[in-house]
Amino acid sequence: MSVDSATVTKIASLARIAVSEAEVAALVPELNNILGWVEQLGEVDVSGVEPMTAVITNHLRLRDDVVGADPLTGGGIRDRILANAPAPQHGFFGVPKVIE
Amino acid sequence: MMTTITDLGIAAIRNGVRDGDFSAVEVAAAFNAAVDGADALNAFIVKTPDHALSAAKAVDEARASGATLGAMAGVPIGMKDLFATQGVQTTAASHILEGFVPQYESTVSANLWAAGAGMLGKLNMDQFAMGSSNETSFFGNVISPWRRAGGGSAALAPGGSSGGSASAVSARLCPAATGTDTGGSIRQPAAFTGISGIKPTYGRCSRWGVVAFASSLDQAGPMARDVRDCAIMLGAMAGFDAKDATSLELPVPAWEAGLSADIKGKRVGIPREYRVDGIDADIARVWDDGIAWLKDAGAEIVDISLPHTKYALPAYYIIAPAEASSNLARYDGVRYGLRDLPDGAGLQDMYAATRAAGFGPEVKRRIMIGTYVLSAGFYDAYYTQAQKVRTLIARDFEAAWAACDIILTPTAPSAAFGLGEKSTDPLSMYLNDVFAVPASLAGLPAMSVPGGLSAEGLPLGLQIIGQAFDEQGVLNAGLAIEQRSGFTARPERWW
Repeated sequence: MSVDSATVTKIASLARIAVSEAEVAALVPELNNILGWVEQLGEVDVSGVEPMTAVITNHLRLRDDVVGADPLTGGGIRDRILANAPAPQHGFFGVPKVIE
Repeated sequence: MMTTITDLGIAAIRNGVRDGDFSAVEVAAAFNAAVDGADALNAFIVKTPDHALSAAKAVDEARASGATLGAMAGVPIGMKDLFATQGVQTTAASHILEGFVPQYESTVSANLWAAGAGMLGKLNMDQFAMGSSNETSFFGNVISPWRRAGGGSAALAPGGSSGGSASAVSARLCPAATGTDTGGSIRQPAAFTGISGIKPTYGRCSRWGVVAFASSLDQAGPMARDVRDCAIMLGAMAGFDAKDATSLELPVPAWEAGLSADIKGKRVGIPREYRVDGIDADIARVWDDGIAWLKDAGAEIVDISLPHTKYALPAYYIIAPAEASSNLARYDGVRYGLRDLPDGAGLQDMYAATRAAGFGPEVKRRIMIGTYVLSAGFYDAYYTQAQKVRTLIARDFEAAWAACDIILTPTAPSAAFGLGEKSTDPLSMYLNDVFAVPASLAGLPAMSVPGGLSAEGLPLGLQIIGQAFDEQGVLNAGLAIEQRSGFTARPERWW
């Protein structure tokens, strides 16, 4: 499978990365070069093989169902969460208007 | 004494501070000066001399009061800029995180500070750990302190992604540094700069507070001058952490106390698939030397086969970008980092503009590949197929462990290359990790130790791959090689 400029434009849109026409033109052969190379995986016989889900067998732990069980990841730290926000407003993350 | 302190590694500093040969503050001051004198290497993004000094002062006071000192007491280290450090800018060498000051400390760095270490600064790296030459950093290339013998002053790559760590440890700017390894990012730069580095079993070191690249592969580990120092520092970094869902709930073995270069009866596997056609003559020679050294240390050498080796790299370049495209979706210009809001733009345009301005070309390339292989219609052909191949690669190792206890290979297919030599062709850059990636895909502990020099006088590394949880076996084989290789080469100061 290979990608054309329309596909690259679509991928960039899905990835939320603005690209110019010149960038798309440069990306088409670059991505095709990489995709052409990974396609050799198609020659591997994987019948009956399960896809890997975890490299080291581990069980899923659940934390105690308590608000603020861990003070580092619990609640009540609004100002610290907003400390690096580019445009915080009134204790919230600020974003451009989304309702016309 | 002040002139030679920077030649000391972790164990020598720890012992010297403990025995009162010098103070921790003297050590921190000596390394702060070394860091200040090496701007030409561009190894640091941020310097934190006060952090190193205040940690040292606390160690000196603890010693004076008779308190028990930690495993890293008095040792100042470099911190890869992938670890969140409270109050100190953390960027992953990207523009999109420029100015980001974490409100919390990563578990690994917190463990190191609790063990008595201090921080000399945040180390430069490939942007979001994506690269093998440290040429993708927003903050400029890191320069290797090494130069080719008789080859003039051509700037060489320190390897990547932990290039700042490798350059700084090799140039004696710090006795050790943290690294992270997703597909070779500790081992390949260690090999390029003549130092040691170990990626432990997946889950040994907490990923909490480490800027995520590919979560099923990312592992932190130490980069240091020798095997003992790696054992000490890994012990300080590792440990169960409830905040990382994939953290191993196992006690941390006493790796330093368990060090032994006597590997009598150990079976060392030599995978025939790694002896690729056209293998570099220097690499083949050092590999043969390594085999001879381990035999001399009492090991039995066995030929093994890892039949799916050639598919590891292409599988990696589907899986890692897929995970990266998901992990890096968080950089949206809303919660932290850069925001680019063109005049009159709405939310979607803001996302796209922010990410276009904030990510470098290699990061964009990988996000695009990852987005494509996960997109409807292509998911099974690419992503599911790659994860099945990953299962086969892990099975190859499982089968090999019936015949051997550890595996010895070269770390990288060549010595360090010049900056700019490979950066125009992504694929030729990716091929640098051909020997490192299989162990990453299988989550196995793997280490690089210096094995010798190339014809051009540049370091070459030997890789030891171990069974899951057997870091001790890896370290011990590394020690056996270290004791026989006689590797004492170091870069001559030009910076």
